[in-house]
Amino acid sequence: MLPPEVFVVTEQVQGQLTPVSFELLGAAKKLAEEMGGASISCVLLGADIRDLGEDLASHGADKVYLAEDQRLALYQNEYYALFLTKFFKKQQPEVVLWGATAISGELAATVAARLETGLSAHCSDLHLNEEGLLVQVVPAFGGKVLGDILCPSRRPQMATVKTGIFSSLSKGEGAGEIIYEDTSILDGCSPLLKTLKVTKEKDRDTSLKEAAVVVGGGWGVGSGENWTLLERLSSLLGGAVGCTRPALDEGWTNGEHTMIGTSGITIKPKVYIGIGISGAIHHLVGIKDAEMIISINKDAKAPILSFSDYGVVADFKKVLPGLIEKIEELS
Amino acid sequence: MKERRILVCIKPVPDPEHYDKIGIDPASKTLVRSGIPAVINPNDKNAIEAALEIREYWGGIVELVSMAPPDAEEKLREGLAMGADKAYLLSDRSFAGSDTLATARVLAAGIAKIGSFDLVITGSESADGGTTNVSPQLGEMLGLPHVCNVESITPQNEEQWQLNVKIEEGYLKVEGPTPMVVGVNDKINTPRYTTVMGIMEAEDKEVVIWSAADLEIDNDKVGLTGSPTQPGDLHEPKLQRAGKLLEGEPEVVVDKLIRLLRQAGVLNA
Repeated sequence: MLPPEVFVVTEQVQGQLTPVSFELLGAAKKLAEEMGGASISCVLLGADIRDLGEDLASHGADKVYLAEDQRLALYQNEYYALFLTKFFKKQQPEVVLWGATAISGELAATVAARLETGLSAHCSDLHLNEEGLLVQVVPAFGGKVLGDILCPSRRPQMATVKTGIFSSLSKGEGAGEIIYEDTSILDGCSPLLKTLKVTKEKDRDTSLKEAAVVVGGGWGVGSGENWTLLERLSSLLGGAVGCTRPALDEGWTNGEHTMIGTSGITIKPKVYIGIGISGAIHHLVGIKDAEMIISINKDAKAPILSFSDYGVVADFKKVLPGLIEKIEELS
Repeated sequence: MKERRILVCIKPVPDPEHYDKIGIDPASKTLVRSGIPAVINPNDKNAIEAALEIREYWGGIVELVSMAPPDAEEKLREGLAMGADKAYLLSDRSFAGSDTLATARVLAAGIAKIGSFDLVITGSESADGGTTNVSPQLGEMLGLPHVCNVESITPQNEEQWQLNVKIEEGYLKVEGPTPMVVGVNDKINTPRYTTVMGIMEAEDKEVVIWSAADLEIDNDKVGLTGSPTQPGDLHEPKLQRAGKLLEGEPEVVVDKLIRLLRQAGVLNA
């Protein structure tokens, strides 16, 4: 019998591998170890992707399957699904992991329907149970509840994984083999829907995900002027500023990509300082992996206080200026 | 100009405003969600709004489709009160426990019975399960092109539509012919409020109820037994922390915060 294989569907947008692609290799490695030494394979679709394939091969993939074709340059749901459905029918993997991104999430659902197999979405953890089945832990009700999902009889067992859950492997881990796949199956398909182009928004500040200190602001911050206090504190600490949905809706923040929580990003800083945040579940799930949570809220009954390691019941406008001044004095 | 027939898939969910109250019963390990009212999935209201705007511009009819228990008729009436013309409720005990694939099968069977249409619009994401799977899987079951995370829909001409799709990096511009299945995101519009007049008119609108026997559907492929994914244990993530209060005058609190930041290794001065 061949050794088991964990498959990862990596993704590129305009010739750049997305961060979750590398994190999926990290997730696959964890599962491969639980399987007692499975190999890690990934597949990438695109045009002129040799370099990207080599990058994946040096980040923990034992095998990198490339579907290199000009027709696959942009994400085309019908072409991509056609190729991957045939590919997985041939490979017959036990497990396939996908990014829980707009593109890969849609693609995974499409391929799952064609393979008539199960797909769990936005997994926050993956592990094997005693029978060797993949336990896919998914958030429900905004993350208030986590549910285990199993796919007992159909194969492959497929899951999408959110960005920021698993760590990528470091470069130089392994030197995988690159395998070119035949894409002639596309010849028989003329897609009805066509992706004409990608418009990238100006390069986003990704510092929030890597920052050791994150200052988060909620509706209680009160104004754009007050928001500058958060910016000042975070910049002194070399951190980044994040926000809740209500603060985003007020227009005080740096945009949607800084929203933390269920429909935003997940962070794992050393310290999270929450300002004027009540503590709705939708936000809490995004900060729960912070090593230390400090919150400042003038309402002693704000739920955030019991989800924090340390709480300050005070008007932040009376605390932050003093804190900022003190850090300035010290540095 | 050709009138459009637009189908909108909606589902009731427990009101997301109350998710803090959802928990797990420690004895039975089942979900506790009593007392939480059901609402139309918020993103599905964007789908209804998108359909109504297309109808206002091009003319046509908007019909709602939902797979849900019988008491969902009330939620369908809310959608009718927003302005939809007719609703179909696909309701059968055998549908209970359907995962995304089985749900897509039931919706597709209902839509196949309804007949021809120009567009199926869904929300991209439900507030409760939040898989984002159903919209594309419905497209697959209907054998139609599909696209989700759509932030704007622009008809180019009678049969060609252009869609702006939100992705993490920016946007995709996608173009294709109707009929198709479109999953809209929550940025596409602001759903209208229902009016008293709307509610009164909704009382006279038709809600068709179909059971499994009314649909051409393979009973082995719906419900919990027909679903490839099976639910296992439920957990509540551990979110509670010590919640130690830092007390004192602002200067004292500042000194305590400085100590914590040093202790955490994020302030070296």
